[in-house]
Amino acid sequence: MSMFGQVFVKNNQYKLKGDFHHMTPNMPIRNADDEWKLLGVTNPRAMTYMHSYGGEAVFFESLSQGKLMASRCDNSDCNITGTIYMPFRIHCPDCLAKNSVFDLTDIAKKSATIHTFMECQRSGAFNLLDKPIKFINIEFDGVATILMSYLVVGTPKFGMKVVPIFKTTGPTYTILDLAWVEEGTKEEQLPEGFSF
Amino acid sequence: MITFSKQQLKIPKLQRPVYLVTAGQSKFDRAFPDKRTEELCIDSFTMAAQLLEISPAELKTYIHSCYYGHFADHFGDQLLGESVIHDRLGLDPLGNIGVKTGGATGGSTIWEGMKAVASGYSDCVLVMGWERMDEVPTDEGNFLISCAADKDWESPLGHIYTGYYAVMAQRYWQIFGKSEDSFRRTLAEISVKHHGYARFNPYAQAPMDITVDDVLNSPVVAYPLRALDCCLMSVGAACTILCDEDTAVKLTKNSKNKPLRLWTSAGTHTLRPADRMDMDIPLLPNETADQYKDLGERFPGGDRYPGFTGFLAARVAAHYAYGMAGITDPTEDLDVVELHDAFTISDVQTYEDIGIRPYGEGRTYVESGDCYHTNPNTGQPGKLPSNISGGLIGCMHSVGATGIMQTFEIASHIWNRWEEFHGDENIWNKFNRQKPKDWTNLQVVGAKRGMAISHAGVGSHVTSTILMDPDHLINKDA
Ligand SMILES: [Zn+2]
Repeated sequence: MSMFGQVFVKNNQYKLKGDFHHMTPNMPIRNADDEWKLLGVTNPRAMTYMHSYGGEAVFFESLSQGKLMASRCDNSDCNITGTIYMPFRIHCPDCLAKNSVFDLTDIAKKSATIHTFMECQRSGAFNLLDKPIKFINIEFDGVATILMSYLVVGTPKFGMKVVPIFKTTGPTYTILDLAWVEEGTKEEQLPEGFSF
Repeated sequence: MITFSKQQLKIPKLQRPVYLVTAGQSKFDRAFPDKRTEELCIDSFTMAAQLLEISPAELKTYIHSCYYGHFADHFGDQLLGESVIHDRLGLDPLGNIGVKTGGATGGSTIWEGMKAVASGYSDCVLVMGWERMDEVPTDEGNFLISCAADKDWESPLGHIYTGYYAVMAQRYWQIFGKSEDSFRRTLAEISVKHHGYARFNPYAQAPMDITVDDVLNSPVVAYPLRALDCCLMSVGAACTILCDEDTAVKLTKNSKNKPLRLWTSAGTHTLRPADRMDMDIPLLPNETADQYKDLGERFPGGDRYPGFTGFLAARVAAHYAYGMAGITDPTEDLDVVELHDAFTISDVQTYEDIGIRPYGEGRTYVESGDCYHTNPNTGQPGKLPSNISGGLIGCMHSVGATGIMQTFEIASHIWNRWEEFHGDENIWNKFNRQKPKDWTNLQVVGAKRGMAISHAGVGSHVTSTILMDPDHLINKDA
């Protein structure tokens, strides 16, 4: 009986439990047009990685608590001090000082608008989102950058007001825990596990 | 507001001139179930030697170091793939290095090779690129390609790179294209042109005789982009040989190839478009700040630069390359270009980034007929023909090889050998491809100067490679 790989950290060491890879046999690839002669072989591979969010962990943890955390350079000697970043940047790209964590939730609820968008009919393997995926890129008042995310209620257009929703029940601790709906959407219209 | 220092914008200065003497390429196709990558690489190297009228073994005696462009290791499940190819080419114990900059890998590899010759480290280098994208099915391939986006912030969103790109296309389409049917048709014309030119290229993977309506009726990938607006996924290899002047003269002694002067430059911008911050438009020599003062009035929403509509990396690469080669106006100074047409719309964006047209007016390069081999409006030669190879839409996008294929194409025009390389029945037969009855010689007559643009992902890396006949330099001291 196999078990998903699980990890925690103790004394700054990864502690592992379960299976981090699955075995599948190699199979021959043969040429149907030439007497089924051998051309190659399949190489199956399924493996679980361990990935550290480092200084961004606070961002991903906060999503599960219904908060959108940005970061801000507060170094008074910086050329662009006070600049707010969403996506969250651990260090200022100008002075490289460590940024302060800045709660953007209220600003996002009041000012988030769609800068550009795209409805995509296709996806790659391991996709977890329903299709078509409505990609949106979001501007916020006072923020220097434009966040990419996805819209789950509403039809996207330039300048449309949107509000964040968070997967606070059964969070995945990935960027998918953050999604957006058109302003005025009701709680009961949200996908399972999400709340304002 | 982001600014750049004078030192950062300094025009690069090579220690000595660098020459391109030959190039070669394999057949390009969606899959090669019966060939290993090394076989394709050897095909391209053998061709490069043939064009010099020497044997591959003799060509190897000149090579001093090697630069290999291969982007996606994970497609082939082989790290140090460069070392495999290097050994199969019999080039040990020469130094080699792998170069990986997404779609710009081919151009970046030329950039590395150029610096080795210019600095005096090597008198002659091999620059080779390849890609193997047929070892996984399409869904898994899309997943692997999406790994070139930010893995925490973007890739989990559908694992579909086209989606990350298409948001920029949407912005350009609505702001600068004003969502006009006429603009959509102009985009479709680019696909018709590139699939059409591919018909005359035996190496090309997707020759098609199609119409604007065929493009407009092809399946939507991400509106307004349709299947026929998108580049190919390919397998294949390409190479070139760069050297100093003495070696160039020796190597071309018995060849119709003339050594061509080469300059390559590079620029970058954020991997995530999300991180792009506002700045003034960096100007090229044929532009003034005044001309962009009213950009936001003419194109409401178009005043945020580079925003999601311009590629700073391309602009900066052009700044360095034009400075090195003495170009003040690309449309006047160049005779032929190969651009990175990953999508029809990004082709238009590139016209603006590299100064063929001002920002906001890219479409006129197509609509004027200037981008054609023969201008369809006048029947006269196009002013600056682009993507005669068929480009990424019609010929190939075998990532690590793409920028090198483009450079080979430009060289073939300047050598006046395009007809020989593309019209020879033997090549068509060898590739098991049918030479069309209406095959047309697309040699750009009298071409002396050209440029290839190599571009990665959503604009993270861009290179500009300029080739010139040394008897037709713009700046004699370049
Ligand atoms: Zn700072």
